[in-house]
Amino acid sequence: MPGMKQTAKQVYDWFERRLQVEGPIKDAVLHKVPRNTASWWYVFGSAAFTLLMLQIVTGILLALVYVPSAAEAWNSLNVLNHQVPLGWFLRAVHGWGSNFMVAVVFIHMAQVFLFGAYKFPRELTWTVGVFLLLMTLGMAFTGQVLRFDQDAYWGLGIGVFILSRVPWMGGGLVHLLLGGPTIAGATLSRFFALHVFVIPGTLLVLVAMHVWMVLKLGINEWPMPGRLVRKSTYTAEYNKLAHEDGIPFVPGAFWKDLIFSGAVLAAVAVCAAVFGPSGPGGQPDPSITQTVPKPDFPFLWIYAVLSYLPPSMETPFILIAPILMIAGLLAVPFVAGEGEKSWHRRPVAVLALTSVAVAWAVFTHLATYTPWSPHMSAWSGDPLPVQYLRDATPLVRQGAVIFQAKQCRNCHSIGGLGGERGPALDAVATRMTLDQIRYKVVTGGGNMPAYGKNLSPPEIEALVSFLETLHPANEQPAIDAAQQATQSNAAPAPASGAGGP
Amino acid sequence: MSDQSDNPHKQSTGPDIETASRLASDREGPAIVSRRWLLLKAGIALNGLVGLALAVPIVRYLLAPVRKDDSYKSWISLGAADSFPVGETRLVSFKNPWTQPWDGETDNVAAYVRKEGASQFTVFAINCAHLGCPVRWFPQSQLFMCPCHGGVYYADGSRASGPPERGLFTYDYKIAGGQLQIDAGQMPSLSNTAKLVNIPTPGQNGSAKDGDCPCRG
Repeated sequence: MPGMKQTAKQVYDWFERRLQVEGPIKDAVLHKVPRNTASWWYVFGSAAFTLLMLQIVTGILLALVYVPSAAEAWNSLNVLNHQVPLGWFLRAVHGWGSNFMVAVVFIHMAQVFLFGAYKFPRELTWTVGVFLLLMTLGMAFTGQVLRFDQDAYWGLGIGVFILSRVPWMGGGLVHLLLGGPTIAGATLSRFFALHVFVIPGTLLVLVAMHVWMVLKLGINEWPMPGRLVRKSTYTAEYNKLAHEDGIPFVPGAFWKDLIFSGAVLAAVAVCAAVFGPSGPGGQPDPSITQTVPKPDFPFLWIYAVLSYLPPSMETPFILIAPILMIAGLLAVPFVAGEGEKSWHRRPVAVLALTSVAVAWAVFTHLATYTPWSPHMSAWSGDPLPVQYLRDATPLVRQGAVIFQAKQCRNCHSIGGLGGERGPALDAVATRMTLDQIRYKVVTGGGNMPAYGKNLSPPEIEALVSFLETLHPANEQPAIDAAQQATQSNAAPAPASGAGGP
Repeated sequence: MSDQSDNPHKQSTGPDIETASRLASDREGPAIVSRRWLLLKAGIALNGLVGLALAVPIVRYLLAPVRKDDSYKSWISLGAADSFPVGETRLVSFKNPWTQPWDGETDNVAAYVRKEGASQFTVFAINCAHLGCPVRWFPQSQLFMCPCHGGVYYADGSRASGPPERGLFTYDYKIAGGQLQIDAGQMPSLSNTAKLVNIPTPGQNGSAKDGDCPCRG
C-alpha cells in the first residue's frame, strides 16, 4: 500500500523536522567499534541498563498499590502478595530484578577491571561507574527497608548502630537517617523518598553520563598483551583500530547485547515465577523479640565481617573501611591509567580481583549459614541422641537435662543438632579432661559465658559428669599427665571406659 | 524554504541560524557585548542570592530531626512497681512517647525489667550493644542471647561473650506513685550512650552499678 507508506513517511518527517534526532541517533547506532569488542564479554553494561529499566517499570507498578506509611506498608505488601491478581509476581520480578541488577553491576565492574577498560581515556567513565555501583547498592538497601518487615526494621537498627559510631556527629546522623529518635513513620517516609525519587534520579543522570562517555570515547578494544596504553598515542591507535578493522555498533555488537539482555530478563521472570517474592516477614513490631534478622544478599558479607571482627577493631573498621574501599575503587584509573590492559600481563590485578571475589563468596556463604549465631530454640527443640543416655547414671541424666535446660545446646551441637557458635560436643571428653571441662564451664572464656555465675555446684557436677561421657565407645576420655602416671603405677589392668579417672 | 518543507535531510536551518547570530554578535561592538555579559552575571548573581535565601529554610527543614537527645525523651510508666517479682527479669513493652499516628506497630518498644529489691530495678533496652538486634532472655541459664552475631550478657546486663564491646544499655528509672517509670523515647545506640562503661569482671558479685550507664535513650 504505497499510500500508507507515503503517509507514514510524511508523519515521520513531520516529527523529524522538529525533533532532529535522526542524525545523532544514526551516529550513535552506526559508530564503528573495533571488531573484537563485539564480544559476549561486553554485554553486562547493557544488561545492567535493561535491568534498571525493568526496575523503574515494576517499581512504578508496585507504587500503584504500595502504601509508604509505617502503619500500612506491611499490610499493603500482603495485599499485593495475596489479593491483587499477580501482585506477588510483580513484587517477585522487582525483588529478583534487584538481585540480578546488583549481581550484573558487580560482574560488569569485574569485567571492566579485568579488561583494563578503565585506563586512559575512560577514567571518568569508571569513576561514574563506581558511583553507579554505590547508587545500585543504595537502591538495594532502601528497597529492603520499603519491604517494611522485621528484617527491614532490625536491618535499619544495624544501620543506626553503625552510624552511631561516627565521632561527634553520630547522634545527629542517626536522627537524620531515621527522621526522629526511633525507627518509625518518619523513617519509612524518607526511605521511600530516597528509593523512589532521590537515588533513581541520581542514577539516571549518572547513567546518562556513563553511556554518553561510552559513545564518545568508544567501546574498549579487546586487550592484547603488549599493546600498551599511552596517553600520547592511544586515541590515534584506537581510531585506527575502529576505522580500519571496525564494524558498526548496530548490528555488529548490539545483537549480542540484545540477546543477553533478553536472557537476563527471562531469567528474572523465571526466578520470580519459581521462587516468588521475598517476604514480607513478620510485622515490624519491635516488641516482638522472637526474630532472627538477616540482611538481603548484597549485604550478607558485611553481616559476616561484623561478626568476625574483634570488638576493639569494630569502630575503626566500620568507619574507615568503607572510605578506603571507595577511595581504592576511585583511585584505580588514576594509579594505573596507562600500560598493559591484558590480564595476561597484570598478575596483581588478577590476584586482587580473585582475592576480593573469593573473600566475598566466603563471607556471603558464612553469613547464609551464620555459624556464629546461637540457635535460639535448639535447647527446647532439638532431641538428644538416645545412645548418649543409654546406661547413664542418674547423675549423668541430670547433667543431660541441665545441658538442655541451660541453653548449652544453643551454641553447642550434639548429634549434628544445635548451634555452631561453639564446638560440637559429641566427643568433647576425648579433647578435654574432666578438670578442664569443669574449668571451662565455670569460667567460660573466648566466646563462652562463664556459667559459674549461673549454675549451682551440684548442677555443675552433674553437667560435667554428662560431658565426661561424651566420647566414642572405643576411645577413652582424656586424662592429664598426673592421672596417667597414677594409672601406669597402679595395676596394669586396662581402665574401663565407664569408670574413667 | 517551502520547497524543502518537512524533509529534514536537506534542511540545515539550525546551523544557519547559529551562524547568523554569531555573525550578528561579531558585528556588534565590544561595549554591547560586555553589557550583555554584565547582565548575564547580574542574572547569575540574582539566582545565586535567591538560591541561597531558599537554601537556608531548606537546610533547616532537612535538619529538623536533629535535636538534643533529651528533647525526645520523657517518663513512661511500665506498670505498678509491685507487679514485678523480685529476682526475676520480665519483658515489658510500652508505647514510644515520641510518636505520630502513622507509626503503626513501630511505636511499640520493648524492655527487660529486672527487679533486684523492693524498689531496686534495672531496666535494660532490648537492643544488643553490638548492632542493636533484639536480645532474648533465657531465665533457665540467666543469660541474654542475641540472635544476630551471638552476643551474650549475664543477668545484670554485663557482657558475657561475643562481639559486643560493653554491657546492655539501661534506662534511667524512678518510682512515682507506686509506678515504675523509665526515661525513654529514643532508640538506644552507641552515640547516645557514647561513653564505654566499666564492666565488672565475671565472678565479681558486686553487680554493675547501673547508674553508670544510663541509657540516654
